[in-house]
Amino acid sequence: MTLGSLRPGDKARVLSIGTQGALRRRILDMGITPRVVVQLIKVAPLGDPLELTVRGYQLSLRKQEASLIEVEML
Amino acid sequence: MPTTIALAGNPNSGKTTVFNALTGSRQHVGNWPGVTVDKKEGVYRKDTRFSILDLPGTYSLSPYSAEEIITRTFIVEEKPECVIDVLDGTSLERNLYLALQIMETGVPTVLAINMMDEVRLKGDTIDCKRLEAELGVAVVPIEARTNKGLDQLMEAVMHTIQANRHPKLLDIYRLNGTVDEDTLADQRYTYITSLVEKAVCRGASLEGFKESRSDKIDKVLTHRIFALPVFAVVMYLLFAATFSENFLFIEGFSSPGIALATVVETLWGWLTDLVSHGLLAAGAAPWAYSLVIDGVLEGMGAIIGFLPLILVLYLLMSFLEDSGYMARVAFVMDRIFRRFGLSGRSFIPLLMGFGCSVPAIMATRTLDSEKDRRITTLLAGFMPCGGKLPIFIMFVSIFFADGNKTLVLFFLYALSMGVSILISLLINRIAYKGQVSNFLMELPQYRLPTLRSVWIHGYEKVKGFIQKAGTIILAATILIWVLSSFNMASFNGQNLEQNDTILAEMDTSFLASVGKTVAPIFKPLGFGEWRPTVGVVTGWIAKEMVVVTMAQLYSEDVNEEYLTGYFANMDRDELLNLGFSDGRYSADEAFDIYAEAVLMEGVDEGGLRTLWQDIRTKQAALAYMAFNLLCMPCFAAVGAMKRELKTVRRTAGAVGIQMLTAYVVALMINLIGFLIW
Repeated sequence: MTLGSLRPGDKARVLSIGTQGALRRRILDMGITPRVVVQLIKVAPLGDPLELTVRGYQLSLRKQEASLIEVEML
Repeated sequence: MPTTIALAGNPNSGKTTVFNALTGSRQHVGNWPGVTVDKKEGVYRKDTRFSILDLPGTYSLSPYSAEEIITRTFIVEEKPECVIDVLDGTSLERNLYLALQIMETGVPTVLAINMMDEVRLKGDTIDCKRLEAELGVAVVPIEARTNKGLDQLMEAVMHTIQANRHPKLLDIYRLNGTVDEDTLADQRYTYITSLVEKAVCRGASLEGFKESRSDKIDKVLTHRIFALPVFAVVMYLLFAATFSENFLFIEGFSSPGIALATVVETLWGWLTDLVSHGLLAAGAAPWAYSLVIDGVLEGMGAIIGFLPLILVLYLLMSFLEDSGYMARVAFVMDRIFRRFGLSGRSFIPLLMGFGCSVPAIMATRTLDSEKDRRITTLLAGFMPCGGKLPIFIMFVSIFFADGNKTLVLFFLYALSMGVSILISLLINRIAYKGQVSNFLMELPQYRLPTLRSVWIHGYEKVKGFIQKAGTIILAATILIWVLSSFNMASFNGQNLEQNDTILAEMDTSFLASVGKTVAPIFKPLGFGEWRPTVGVVTGWIAKEMVVVTMAQLYSEDVNEEYLTGYFANMDRDELLNLGFSDGRYSADEAFDIYAEAVLMEGVDEGGLRTLWQDIRTKQAALAYMAFNLLCMPCFAAVGAMKRELKTVRRTAGAVGIQMLTAYVVALMINLIGFLIW
């Protein structure tokens, strides 16, 4: 499953990042690396983007970007 | 040669607060070559041998965004004597990532762990000594908001420079000879995780998730249902506090922005009167009098009149930015604006454009990407600002007296938005194709901003506007004055012989000649006559000038006889209301009052009859309004555009797009209108 299919409150462990280039680097730079645990906090009022907690801070990213990130539920 | 210390750090790490605290008011804002990113430099206020450079806030040194490239290039090529990396102690893991990348370059580094008060509040402790031992660089705990730890920080910096202490190469990078960036990013974070485990002691937050105050605030501000109403209220307050004359819906209660602007305008009016009396008393020649009053003072007044709006808007904007709400604006609005190829943050500059494009364009600096900044700057010129409204009102009252006036105004507002969306999509498609935009953005903790940092922000903006935009505005205003006040007869003595002055009336001036030459271009748009053309040009001084110019040029409709007749049936109260002093009609005041209180308010539906000879149809009138809406904004806005876009070439390009858009849209209106009406 991907990060995009989590529901608010769900915790998951990142398995892999399915994109290349600048976006991949950006995702890694922001701390979403393999094995890290993330929690989905909420979805924006209009349904996108998402807010999640990773490495002790809040990060927002779009569903489209989240759907590139493979995770396993905890 | 002063010693250069560079400040680096994540956005929201408090880097700018540290910079302000270290340099006080001694700072200079320049720009990095070729990009719309501020380059702030200052001198350490306790020791002037040290100059401090504020690098842009970045999360990493990956060579992708303009900010990252600037920071990387500066550190690697300019080799500052020392880099201070400011870290937000409450999200140490992500902040340490940039720290490692900086240390990898081998530049002497000092880490300043900021927000220690919040770390304590969370119940955590950070062992800076341990971090220092592990990383091999000085690590200093600070609280930049209250100046705590800054002296120790600078001591550590001086030690590091004296000892020429370069960071040692950390063990993690010795694993394999050649690792790709991907693996490296992973290894950095793995290393950071182990480092944080050793040096950070988690308090209460570890045992069961304790909700911080920030989390509680966020629950309301980005709530599924409340978020949008709260957002609307905040945006209303932001807009109304800057532009509203009936602030908080209280009749006649000026907002801070308008109140301040009124004070400045009154003072400027007094100064103008004073100079005017002085010049008359000294017996200055009419042309010299006109140059000073209508050229120089008018131009400077145009600059100064914007300062209160810029100041108030910027104080509020930096409050929103520093408090953390700005990131939520983007979070809430992203879904809509992404469709148009913009980011959620573009909402604020565009909203402000309804009041005035000058502060709107200045507000684009808070956008994240170069692309968004440039496109939003261009679009801000399309917004129906307060100066364009009098044009619409006058034209609607004259040409659409029998129709639905509100509908026409609504059409113009919708047009402005529709055109903006279209142009944004087009530019995205053509100029930035293949450019991936992403929305990985930190949602920072809510914090109460410090007065000092909010004030410095506002002050810097005002100063920057005067410095970077002032020359353009003044020069352009004087140029238009020259064109509208002189003709060939000014210089061969004919004017002097006939009128006792070398000045020419506007309808025989160079500007009129230019208008006559250029006018045929506008034939297809329906207003290809010289007087409407001159109106477009004077509108660049300030858009509402179009109305005043029309009143001047159609002098057969606004002569003394007409004015006497128009005001004849009014009683004392009405005249007083319109602005006649003592409530009595006076021929001296009549023209100005007619232009500003009657035409601009759209009260005289039968006014300017001759205008119908130049603009003969409703569609042509609509095309004229649309052209003024979309074409080059006033010189003040162009000055602001130049400040944001940096180069003359890009500014000219943006103005070119605006002119072309205005032409095409007005042409379409005239043609389609021809079929309908």
